[in-house]
Amino acid sequence: MIEAIFTYDFLRQAFISGILIGLMAPLLGVFIVVRRLSLIADALSHVTLAGIAGSLFLSQSVPALALLNPLYLGMASAVAGSTLIEKLRTLYKHYQELAIPIIMSGGLGLAALFISLADGFRTDLFSYLFGSVSAVSYQDMWIVIGVTVIVLVFLIGFFKELFVLSFDEEYAHASGLPAKWIHFLFMVVTALVIAASMRIVGILLVSSLMTLPVAAAMRLAKSFKGAILWSLLFGQTSVLFGLVSAFYLDLAPGATIVLTSILILLIVIAIMGRKGRRV
Amino acid sequence: MEKYIEMNHVSFYYDKTEALQDVSLTVNEGDFLAIIGPNGSGKSTLMKIILGLLKPMKGDVRLFGKPVEEFRDRACIGYVSQKSNSFNSGFPATVYEVVRSGLAKKTGLFAKYPSDASDQVKEALISVGMQAYSDRPISALSGGQQQRVFIARALISKPKILLLDEPTVGIDQQNMQSFYRMLTHLNKHHGITIILITHDVDAVSKSISHVACLNRTIHFHGYQKEMESLSDEQLEAWYGHPVRRVKHEGGHVHD
Ligand SMILES: Nc1ncnc2c1ncn2[C@@H]1O[C@H](COP(=O)(O)OP(=O)(O)O)[C@@H](O)[C@H]1O
Ligand SMILES: [Mg+2]
Repeated sequence: MIEAIFTYDFLRQAFISGILIGLMAPLLGVFIVVRRLSLIADALSHVTLAGIAGSLFLSQSVPALALLNPLYLGMASAVAGSTLIEKLRTLYKHYQELAIPIIMSGGLGLAALFISLADGFRTDLFSYLFGSVSAVSYQDMWIVIGVTVIVLVFLIGFFKELFVLSFDEEYAHASGLPAKWIHFLFMVVTALVIAASMRIVGILLVSSLMTLPVAAAMRLAKSFKGAILWSLLFGQTSVLFGLVSAFYLDLAPGATIVLTSILILLIVIAIMGRKGRRV
Repeated sequence: MEKYIEMNHVSFYYDKTEALQDVSLTVNEGDFLAIIGPNGSGKSTLMKIILGLLKPMKGDVRLFGKPVEEFRDRACIGYVSQKSNSFNSGFPATVYEVVRSGLAKKTGLFAKYPSDASDQVKEALISVGMQAYSDRPISALSGGQQQRVFIARALISKPKILLLDEPTVGIDQQNMQSFYRMLTHLNKHHGITIILITHDVDAVSKSISHVACLNRTIHFHGYQKEMESLSDEQLEAWYGHPVRRVKHEGGHVHD
């Protein structure tokens, strides 16, 4: 395997991207889970799919755009989706969760429209839905690296503020923290991570890489630092084990990565039993 | 003596509900003010307006002489909100991490916590008698213990004034006594000005210097000692129903 990584460019690109995604998805995921935004992440992934399908359709019908990387439109629509969700959440103050089905079905509807307009996209679409070991291009890898830098700068720069905001929103406002801005940036960064993770995990399973390692970590951790470290360990293990097994068994990595993290979660639940933290 | 808080003719509405009407209030350095009033009388609203969390429709608020919207030095103010509706229970964090987060407003964006943060956390926990719980998960504590931790989080930024919204709800009688002793100590020996929303006027009467009786508007505001001079009619007007008054040596008011 190690040898193959050095031999094949596509494998090296997949592994570098995978390791970075296994770093940033669970890291951001800790905040997503404690802020109860897991379903929003899921809705955003469906909006990203609309962007991807739209981009693939454009490439097919406009020759000049044939080489357009679908990640760009995917990212743009995820960011647009995240701002739309916030708008809807302020519009439906007392039914904030309504924003999720609205955005989710809107995203899926648009995606279905582009897919049927283009008369299906053959295998391309499958790799976007469930990930792929072989489809990560050199350019994709650099997009993932760029997004990782943005995520790390954001999380390290605003760590204290994100902690306060996640733990006690009213206290954050009373402390004079720019809570609105930080939340907005948080949603944008989440959208970027979702779009960037899609190449490896697939759009339908992206949000599980943000939530499953955290779900396992929360059973074990007594501190916030602990929750972060366990999430990183579980996320990274899932990605690496999932990628290797996907390569050898010729499976979609989305499937193997998510099933690995489910397995880790089950093991943690079994070991901790009733001793685990109630959350 | 410095004027810490000044509210002038403040009115506030939620949609159509009038929560506060023409409220004026001054709090000076060293005061220990108790705000009392029936449920729904606007006590929490008043505190949120002082903090700048809500904007009054009429009137103005000044903190340390500055209009509230221009006031930036948030470390001067410690706030502990009414428990039920605030913090994220089940959150994976230790008492240490929660108390340290009180330094965030002092530290600035992109900066790390100061290197002596752990000493500061220890000191804050000692002042609320919770030093033994530093490494415990916050969710594993009782309501009263959590409340003390939140006070430590407020104290760690060395505030000049502490605003507490019904901090003793869900705390048993015994712990309540020691809780108020702690507040008295902070007020008398550390010079921290305190505004306390409470229902237990009896328990705090020895510690507080001032009382404000609120029911949408202020019905009485003055020295604790002066409160017994209120007539029955005044009290009735305040509470909105007949008030049974019991007098002890201290002269407390029961409803
Ligand atoms: N977010 C809100 N939206 C609408 N009405 C509110 C809101 N918060 C409080 N109120 C109303 O404002 C009044 C004052 O509330 P509050 O300040 O919480 O009273 P207290 O703290 O004295 O119990 C009450 O009638 C309450 O129902
Ligand atoms: Mg209240």
